[in-house]
Amino acid sequence: MFTILLNSNTQWVLFSTMIFGIAAGTMGCLAYWKRQSLMSDALAHAALPGVVIAFLLLGEKNLFVMIIGASISALIGASFIQWIRSSTRISADTAMGMVLSIFFGLGIMLLTVVNRTSGGNQSGLDSFIFGQAASMVRSDVTTMLILALAVILIVFIAFKEWKIYLFDPEFAKGLGLSLKWMNGLYTTILVTTIVIGIQAVGVILIAALLIIPSVSARYWTQSFQRMIIISALFGGAAGALGTFISALGRGWPTGPFIVIVASALFFLSLFFGKEKGILVKYLQLKMQKRLVNIHTSKALRTKGVE
Amino acid sequence: MAEAVLQVENLSASYRKNTVLFDVNFVVQAGSLVGIVGPNGAGKSTLLKTILNLHPSLTGSVKFFGLPFNKVQKRIGYVPQRGSVDWDFPTNALDVVTMGLYGQIGWLKRPSRLHKQKAFEALEKLGMADYADRQISQLSGGQQQRVFLARALVQNADLYFMDEPLAGVDAATERAIMTLLKELKALGKTVMVVHHDLQTVEDYFDHVLLLNRTVIQYGKTKQIFTRENISRTYGGDLRWLREESLHVHNPIK
Repeated sequence: MFTILLNSNTQWVLFSTMIFGIAAGTMGCLAYWKRQSLMSDALAHAALPGVVIAFLLLGEKNLFVMIIGASISALIGASFIQWIRSSTRISADTAMGMVLSIFFGLGIMLLTVVNRTSGGNQSGLDSFIFGQAASMVRSDVTTMLILALAVILIVFIAFKEWKIYLFDPEFAKGLGLSLKWMNGLYTTILVTTIVIGIQAVGVILIAALLIIPSVSARYWTQSFQRMIIISALFGGAAGALGTFISALGRGWPTGPFIVIVASALFFLSLFFGKEKGILVKYLQLKMQKRLVNIHTSKALRTKGVE
Repeated sequence: MAEAVLQVENLSASYRKNTVLFDVNFVVQAGSLVGIVGPNGAGKSTLLKTILNLHPSLTGSVKFFGLPFNKVQKRIGYVPQRGSVDWDFPTNALDVVTMGLYGQIGWLKRPSRLHKQKAFEALEKLGMADYADRQISQLSGGQQQRVFLARALVQNADLYFMDEPLAGVDAATERAIMTLLKELKALGKTVMVVHHDLQTVEDYFDHVLLLNRTVIQYGKTKQIFTRENISRTYGGDLRWLREESLHVHNPIK
C-alpha cells in the first residue's frame, strides 16, 4: 500500500496538494473573518466556464492557461455579485447563489459541448469537477507550488495589515491603509487560491478546503496568528492525506477524500478543541456545578452552627 | 483667536434616496471639546463618517488644519461605535490598542516591545491594566469602549472624532472617559464627540453642535444650549426631564 509513495510523481503531487492545503487553510482564515466563506464557493463554481473556454481556445490542456481562464471567469462572477448587491435590491447571499448556479450551469453546458467533439472526451476536463490530483504533470505541480507559496507569503508578510483590515477596516483606513488596495489584494489571492486548487480538488468541493480548516482552528486558539497557523496545518494535512488515500485506488477522485479528511479534523476539533469544544464546555460546566454545591453546603453548615 | 482645526463648508451626504445631511457649515477652534447632539436619524454618525472620508460626500469641502484630509491623516484619530466591529475576533485588549500604533510602526513591520509598552501604558491610563491579556470577547461593554479609547490615545492625534463613546457604559467608565477627554483638551487637543444624553451636555462639553440634517446652531455651550435651540433641534417633541426631576426633588429639601 505504501509503495505508491516511492513513485516520484506521486511524491510531487502529494507535496503540491499539501502546500495547496496550507495556502487554502491560510486564506480560509482571512475569508472566515471577512465573513465571506460562501463567496469562495461562488467564485470556485464561477471559475468552471473559464477553464472550459481556455481549453476550447487552446485545443489542449495547459494548467497555466486554464488558471488564467478560471481567474477571469471567477473575477467576472465576483464583479457580478458586487454589482447585483450594490445596484439592485437583491441581497448578497442571493446574489452569490445566483452567480454560483448560473456560472456552474454554463460551465457544465460548455463541458458537454467539448466532450461531444472528437478527442474532447479524453481531455480529462471532467477532473476539474471533482478533482484528480493524479492527472497532474510536473509542470502543473510547479505552477501550483509557486502560486500557493506566493499566497502564503503575502499573508504572512502583511500579517499585521490583514489583521486590522479584517478586525476594523474603517479604523485601518483612518491610519492610512488603502481599503481599495486591500480589497483588491484580498480578491486576487482568494481567486488565486481557488483556481490553483481546481485541478486537484475540483470546483465543487474546493470551497470546503477554504472553509473547514479555519472553522476547525477556531476551536483551538484565541489568537489570530495561531488560528492561521493551525488552519494551515489542518489544510496541509487534509491535502496530503486525502491525496494519499485517493491514490490507493485507480481513478478515485481526490477532492472528496481531501474534504473527508478535513471534516474528520473538524469533528475532532469540535469535540476536543480547548476553546469551547463540546467536551471542554461540558467539563467546565460540571466543575462549576460542583463548586456551587460546595459553596452552598458550606453556607448551610455555618448556618447550622449558629 | 485660536487656530481653526476643522473647517466644514456646504457639506452634504445621502444614503440611497434619502438626503441625510445638507448645507453643513461650521468651524472648530483648537482645544475645543465639542458635543454633537441631535435626535436619532439626524445624521450625527454620518457627519463624522463624511468628514473622515468613510462615507462619500455629495457636495462641499472639509479642511483639517487648513489642509485636505489625506495630508493630515496621521493627526486625526477616530473612535468608531463599539458595535461596528466583531468582538469575537481572536485577539486580546493589548493587541487592539497596539493597532493604534500601526501607522507609527510602519506598514509591513512588526510591533516591538517598546510599542507594546506604549499600548500597555494607554490601557493603564484607562484603568484597564489588569485586562491587557483578556480576550476582547470577554470584556464588558464599558471595558470594550475603554479599549477603543486607549487605542485612540496611543495614536497621539491632535484632532479626535468619537462616535457615542458614552453609549451603554456604566458610571465608572463614563467618569474615566470624561476625565480622559478633559485631559486631552488640557493638552490643547480638539475632541468632537457624538453624544445622546442631553442632561450631561452642559457638564461635559464647552462647545455644542446641534444637528438635525443640518447645523441648527453651533457655538459655546453656555450660549447655544438653550431650551429654544434644543426644541428647534428635536422638533418640539422633547419632554423637559430636568425640570420635572427638579420638581420631584424639591420637597425633600
